[in-house]
Amino acid sequence: MNAMFKHARYVLQENPLTLFAFGLFFFLVLLAAFGQVLAPYDPLASDTAVALQAPSLAHWFGTDQLGRDILSRVMTATRLDFAIALSAVALSFIIGSVLGCGAGFFGGGFERAVGRTADTIMAFPLFVLAMGIVAALGNSVANIVLATAVINLPFYIRVARTEASVLRNAEFIEAARLAGGGNARILALHIYPNILPPMMVQISLNMGWAILNAAGLSFIGLGVRPPTPEWGIMVAEGASYIITGEWWIALFPGAALMLAVFCFNLLGDGLRDLIDPRRRT
Amino acid sequence: MARKPVWGTIFRRLLGALPSLAGVVVVTFILTRALPGDPAAFFAGAAATPEAVEEVRKQLGLDKNLAQQFLRYLSELAHGDLGQSLTTGQPVSTELVNRLPASLELTLFGLLLAAVVAIPLGVLAATRRDSWIDHVSRLITTAGVSLPVFFTGLLLIYIFYFKLGWAPSPMGRLDPYASAPATVTGFFIIDSLLARDLGLLTASLKQLLLPAITMAIFVMAPLARMTRAAMLTALSSDYTRTTRAMGLSRYTVVYRYALRNALLPVVTTLGMVFSFMLGANVLVEKVFSWPGIGAYAIEALVASDYAPVQGFVLTMAILYVLLNLVIDVLYSIIDPRMAAQ
Amino acid sequence: MTEAVPLLSVDNLALEFRTRGGLVRALENVSFHVGTGEIVGIVGESGSGKSVLSHALLRILDSAGRVSAGRAVFNGLDLLAAREAEMRAIRGRKIAMIFQNPRAALNPIRKIGQQLEDVLMQHTHAPRHDIKKRAIECLEQVRIPDALRRYHAYPFELSGGQCQRVMIALAIAAEPALLIADEPTTGLDVTTQAVVMDLIRDLVRRNHMSAILITHDLALASESCDRIVVMHAGHVVETAPTRALFATPRHPYTARLIGATPHDCTDVRTLASIPGSLPDLRAASLPLCRFSARCEQYTSACDQPLPLAVFNQHHSVACHTPL
Repeated sequence: MNAMFKHARYVLQENPLTLFAFGLFFFLVLLAAFGQVLAPYDPLASDTAVALQAPSLAHWFGTDQLGRDILSRVMTATRLDFAIALSAVALSFIIGSVLGCGAGFFGGGFERAVGRTADTIMAFPLFVLAMGIVAALGNSVANIVLATAVINLPFYIRVARTEASVLRNAEFIEAARLAGGGNARILALHIYPNILPPMMVQISLNMGWAILNAAGLSFIGLGVRPPTPEWGIMVAEGASYIITGEWWIALFPGAALMLAVFCFNLLGDGLRDLIDPRRRT
Repeated sequence: MARKPVWGTIFRRLLGALPSLAGVVVVTFILTRALPGDPAAFFAGAAATPEAVEEVRKQLGLDKNLAQQFLRYLSELAHGDLGQSLTTGQPVSTELVNRLPASLELTLFGLLLAAVVAIPLGVLAATRRDSWIDHVSRLITTAGVSLPVFFTGLLLIYIFYFKLGWAPSPMGRLDPYASAPATVTGFFIIDSLLARDLGLLTASLKQLLLPAITMAIFVMAPLARMTRAAMLTALSSDYTRTTRAMGLSRYTVVYRYALRNALLPVVTTLGMVFSFMLGANVLVEKVFSWPGIGAYAIEALVASDYAPVQGFVLTMAILYVLLNLVIDVLYSIIDPRMAAQ
Repeated sequence: MTEAVPLLSVDNLALEFRTRGGLVRALENVSFHVGTGEIVGIVGESGSGKSVLSHALLRILDSAGRVSAGRAVFNGLDLLAAREAEMRAIRGRKIAMIFQNPRAALNPIRKIGQQLEDVLMQHTHAPRHDIKKRAIECLEQVRIPDALRRYHAYPFELSGGQCQRVMIALAIAAEPALLIADEPTTGLDVTTQAVVMDLIRDLVRRNHMSAILITHDLALASESCDRIVVMHAGHVVETAPTRALFATPRHPYTARLIGATPHDCTDVRTLASIPGSLPDLRAASLPLCRFSARCEQYTSACDQPLPLAVFNQHHSVACHTPL
């Protein structure tokens, strides 16, 4: 344990960006939890008298075409964006880890079927597949989550399968088998817990991408509907004002989006350094 | 020592791509049948009468069982029939074929720009490992991949169109007063070159530059990172040590030996890069009103016009399978070990 | 054996590696020389620092390694203090090197002919149209059958032994004065090993080169070398002409190595093994004699600074209690 801490300190010292990312992460989590309460204005209240105002002391991030306070909308949107990404990642993590773990452990026909499924998903450009899924299943937030989960599935399946097939032949698994453990017991008690650390890295690398994906889908008009505050749709609303110079409508939600993704990408890198220093690129 | 000819390799890779292609066709078929509620009602449009819906159901063969429907779907695909757009009344396949070159030109030019910047950056970061240039490139590439493409596009438009006035208005491939060059490849840059029309070439380049840079910023990160990692592996390899021990110049060591070998893993990651790019392409087309297949799909999506969306997904998937095939063939040409297998 | 100025003379070389676990003192006080026309063997277990030594001489260490003391004078030039440009003129042209695991040591995606030409172009001033002819001559010199066809082959199309011949061809292409062969037979099968060693010995004698043969195999060294330098844990423990070393080993470690080496007349069952393993070179306080923990001759006197006992002008040993 002590060695682990030493290593963690070493990684953090080597890469101060990771420390920064941790700080940013806590800030964003706080915002997701309390953003709605802390917002200075009602994110949905429009007031055409103050429409399209540049950032000022009263409205730090300015106001949009309906006079809504952009700061309040950006703060409120944090929770929805995080919720979408988190539930998508959780869904693909659970399904992917179980399928991949089983595939790696049992091998044979099950492994081929799971592998084929992952390959088929990967045969599509992933964002395009997500568009197709949302178009087919219906335009709703739940389907955005589902589509984002499906396109992330192959990554979890692959990591879990590789780890499980390595573990299958490990000595302690052999020992557990000799001690009379059935397959289900070995999988649940010995294999599954051991594939979690590499899966954690995959999750944090994946969160940023999931947020980007969900925001991209709502940017093209899928899922979240106006007037719900959500970063992607807010950028889309601000897009038409960019060419006339009202930059703040798109900039602030876009910057929030970027910061969140940046934070998760840095965290993912940092976590990978922590868990597996050799794989650092 | 006789190596098998390249054609054999290409043929074998082609066979290898068949399962992916089959998977893609099956999934798109499932997606057309997965429409919630009555697909016929969806395809007929919101304002259709019950009789019209019945008509559509017959037309689409939705009254048959699934196996028959699938066969019908296959035969339609074989004839290049992707259905009709409700909003324009045009066959989907015609529209897609007309718009595909615009999307391809944007994607390929974006990839070219990204490669031109990312590969030297990756090489520099690897040869000067842990120097400031390594850290800066790490920061830039992480930031680049964190930027939502649609947001980057808007930022670029604000700076270069609104503030500086350097870029033309972000509306399509040419300004409204110019007319497109005679279609040969469908790529405006190449076609205007073929027509020896320098004015048109600059005009289309100007329109292309900003959206292409947007795409490039997004895919620079994976390319630069992969190049750096592959370069580090190549530079610390035994054969690089040999070249150093043999006293070859630094140029030969880094470029003729390490870089060429490092490009092999980079080429294999191009598949993932294309997956990113084809997705980003949709968003960039919307931001820049680029008349490609992505913009077409978004318009149809908003209008609940499903045939074009499904045609688009299928086209993109097939395009992606083909691009992966090209990458595979390219790889087996560059790497003599692959060709010999 | 020449008593004139040696071709290469290494004095008190010390070298350290910076690692996460701390400073590794990989080499300490390493001294030896190589005379013109001489073949010197450097023998030791893996981890004794012999490969690191050869990389240090050519200055191709990886960036974590640093020479902290000593000189290595080659033809009047101190290799350890030379400028990088001077070193480039030395590498491949004056001193060449052959590596273990030849298949990995050749560029996998470049034709062997091209790899030879790269070296020839760098070091000879032969006109361009002559280069290919020269490359094929090099391949013929190392007795590669059907050299013209092999010129167009990639390393993966050749056997391990042929790859090592190509390595040798690369090394002698510019007719260097000194050839360093680092475990040249590792990874080759036994018959190929003998052929490769014969080839190296022949070429060295015929071209009036000197050579350093680095190996863990004392028997292999005894067949080819005029003199042998025995290394243990980064120290030179004994230096002697081959025959003297085998007849009267002075250092306990050397004696053990000879005991562990199969001869024509020894029975495999009587082979002695060396107890213990190399000390951890990261340790803050290494014993002055790094063999002391494994040594049966150990006395309290061994904790004093090591003397260099010289038995005659050719035979020296670093030990308090030589045999």
